[in-house]
Amino acid sequence: MIAFLLKRMANAAFVMLAVALLAFVIFRFFGDPVEMMVNEQATQADRIELRERLGLNDSFVTQYTRFVTNAVQGDFGISYRNQQDVMVLIKDRFPATFELVLVATLISLVVGIPMGVITAVYRNSRLANALQLGSIIGVSLPSFVVGILLILAFSVSLGWLPAFGRGETVDIGWWSTGLLTPSGRAALVLPSISLSTFQVTLVMRLVRAEMLETLRADYIKFARARGVPTARVQWRHALRNCLMPVITLTGMQIGNLIAFALVTETVFQWPGMGMLFIQAVTFVDIPVMAAYLIIVSFIFVALNTLVDITYAWVDPRLRDDTARAGGANG
Amino acid sequence: MQLKHLLLATAAMAGLAGAAHAENVLKWGANRDIGSLDPYSYGDSFTINVLNHVYEGLVRYNKDLKIEPALAESWEILDDQITWRFKLRQGVTFHNGNPFTADDVVASLTRVSDETSPLKGNLPAYVSSAVVDDYTVDITLNGTYPLLLNDLTNIHMFDKEWMTEHDSLLPTDIGAGTEGYATYNANGTGPFVVESRQPDAKTVFVVNPDWWDEPQHNIDRIELTPVNSAATRVAALLSGEINFTNDAPVQDLPRLEAAPAVDVLEGVDLRTVMIGFPFRETLTTGEANPFTDIKVREALYKAIDLDLIHQKVMRGKSRVAGATVAPPIPGYTEALDDLPGYDPAASRALLAEAGVPEGLEFEFNCLSDGLVNEEQFCQAIASMWSRIGLSPKLDVAPRAVQSPKRTNGTTDIYTLGWATLPLLDSYSPLLQIFHSKVGNAGVFNWGGWSYPELDGLIDAAGSELDLDKRLALQTEALELVKDEMIMIPLHQQPMAWAVTDDVVDMPLFPDNKPRLWFARIAPAS
Repeated sequence: MIAFLLKRMANAAFVMLAVALLAFVIFRFFGDPVEMMVNEQATQADRIELRERLGLNDSFVTQYTRFVTNAVQGDFGISYRNQQDVMVLIKDRFPATFELVLVATLISLVVGIPMGVITAVYRNSRLANALQLGSIIGVSLPSFVVGILLILAFSVSLGWLPAFGRGETVDIGWWSTGLLTPSGRAALVLPSISLSTFQVTLVMRLVRAEMLETLRADYIKFARARGVPTARVQWRHALRNCLMPVITLTGMQIGNLIAFALVTETVFQWPGMGMLFIQAVTFVDIPVMAAYLIIVSFIFVALNTLVDITYAWVDPRLRDDTARAGGANG
Repeated sequence: MQLKHLLLATAAMAGLAGAAHAENVLKWGANRDIGSLDPYSYGDSFTINVLNHVYEGLVRYNKDLKIEPALAESWEILDDQITWRFKLRQGVTFHNGNPFTADDVVASLTRVSDETSPLKGNLPAYVSSAVVDDYTVDITLNGTYPLLLNDLTNIHMFDKEWMTEHDSLLPTDIGAGTEGYATYNANGTGPFVVESRQPDAKTVFVVNPDWWDEPQHNIDRIELTPVNSAATRVAALLSGEINFTNDAPVQDLPRLEAAPAVDVLEGVDLRTVMIGFPFRETLTTGEANPFTDIKVREALYKAIDLDLIHQKVMRGKSRVAGATVAPPIPGYTEALDDLPGYDPAASRALLAEAGVPEGLEFEFNCLSDGLVNEEQFCQAIASMWSRIGLSPKLDVAPRAVQSPKRTNGTTDIYTLGWATLPLLDSYSPLLQIFHSKVGNAGVFNWGGWSYPELDGLIDAAGSELDLDKRLALQTEALELVKDEMIMIPLHQQPMAWAVTDDVVDMPLFPDNKPRLWFARIAPAS
């Protein structure tokens, strides 16, 4: 088990190094930050001098090594655009993204699970068909279109909910939350619905498939035969056994949601990490772009590694390769 | 019963009293955020523009964009011609209550001209400054230089004591990776005080009751919110979540005009859109460069149907330009604005005369996030050039990608917009674009041309203290630029702001900078 753990950790570290390298290669060809940082009256000498001070004239290997050495210590330098510590910037934006992702996840579960059960239980009813059709629209509409439609309907026409921003926030330590104020909660509604549309469909389809499978199982038939009320059979006995994969999926999707939040954040001017990244791209703010990419990849890699380790812990066959090869036959 | 009435009456009165004290709030939705609360930390005109509500300079532009006294009351040039003596306004205090004195001016100028200051280019002639007495300052320049006041309009004054206390006597240094107190905090003398700032979310300014000047505005509070997405910005304006934007997207103007509670303020920007040529020996294809021949430049100029671009691409909202500066800019004359006339047949003849081969390939570099409708007018021009037998390769990409190609000369023809900011004088494009690339000059001379006669005129203007003589020199230089067709001017681009109808007076400035100390809103009720 220890050997396995070490191997997984080494893999993760290797992936992170590769991501850092990739980030660096991309940004090296991306553009010239100096052009965006100086103003119209700066002289050529000023530009050359700034390049020198930023270390942009150093060799690629020097720059990469310096970046990785600092990044390991959690130091991503200071932003070219607003001259603040990049880690502080990301730390400030993280609560906004996290709350958005959290609420979107809750919506996807609270809406997706019942919809999945309904479409499975009343398989050929009109309601189920309508929900199925709706779910196709849900997956095929890009989230920025959903966002703009929501803004048009609920902000411009009806005037019920704000079109942008996060509303008032309350600081609890370094965490700023919008959940405790009315305007903060109102501001959360549209972006989280927009972010969760895809997720709702995913959960619904997964629950539906699992439910169809479970409802055929013997213990459901026995329960029915024993005279347990139908609703109880469906919502308690059957659904419970469907939730395990849903939880796994939801966990795995959190990384995706953080990454996808970028689009929603742009549409709703949500001051989260995605917004920060987009702004950084516009201004060739290399320290911020690199840090964002690395932190998001880190979340992905960490989640995946954790899942792998958990699976291996649960199922010892996954720990050594021979067993896994044998398992592949089964 | 009576008690109830009394209570109701009291409540009603309390409500009225509350209404009388309600704040006039201007909710400003901009297309981007300011970079920092430190006007010296980032060489960016929007940041400086917004922070001008908090910080002020020795002089400022008035409503007609003419220079007038601000923190300095008067000035004179001493006999050596290179020292300027400023008499400061007395009784001015910073937001923290400290008085404004000569020490503050010297400390501010030292800070902005520091080696690591991104703004030191904004004060190109500055050498040193010295305190004469509490309210008199001498500024020494590196030579006779007529545009010091124009430069000083954008140099904001800091409180020396405050900077010393917070270790901010020098600007933040990105190269050294240092942050600064002034990035997050502000202390100026201006009409508004920073109340709070959340980067990329909201920056709140409240009125400064102790401002030295008589306020023309009636705003109590400004909430600046960046809304990058154009569609969201329009939605926010229509739903009343913001009541002012300085960037109403051109494609949404008809919709905003149709909305009952929204007013669109349209004008023509000072920014002149131009097309520049390469003057290197070879093109990016490796072929010999024909654009050094004035006949070829003329051919390309005459092949552009400026009216068509004005009508179709700019929807009649631009101003077709013959000069490289806009009419309000000192140095402009009407004669400069003559147009060459659209004549593709003449273009073909000129190309043949110059021996340009049919189907000549060259790159045409445009920005996807640059000027108003840039992508569209670039496409239009490329097809107009194709019609006279050339093969332009249109290269459209974001500024971040295109800028290095332009400055390194690894592209051929390119677009450029120049608004003469912050000088508001034709000396700005002459020095920065048209002068040969030497020392401080010709930074935007991306084509790499050199006209010694032109350089002579510009250098002479740069040290001529007599306004009329200086402008005559600059006009002569602009004529030379026009005759040689160094760049092709296309138009001054349209600009549009929008307000909801609770904003009663929002003066629109042709330099596209909001000056909210002139704005008035309907009293809140």
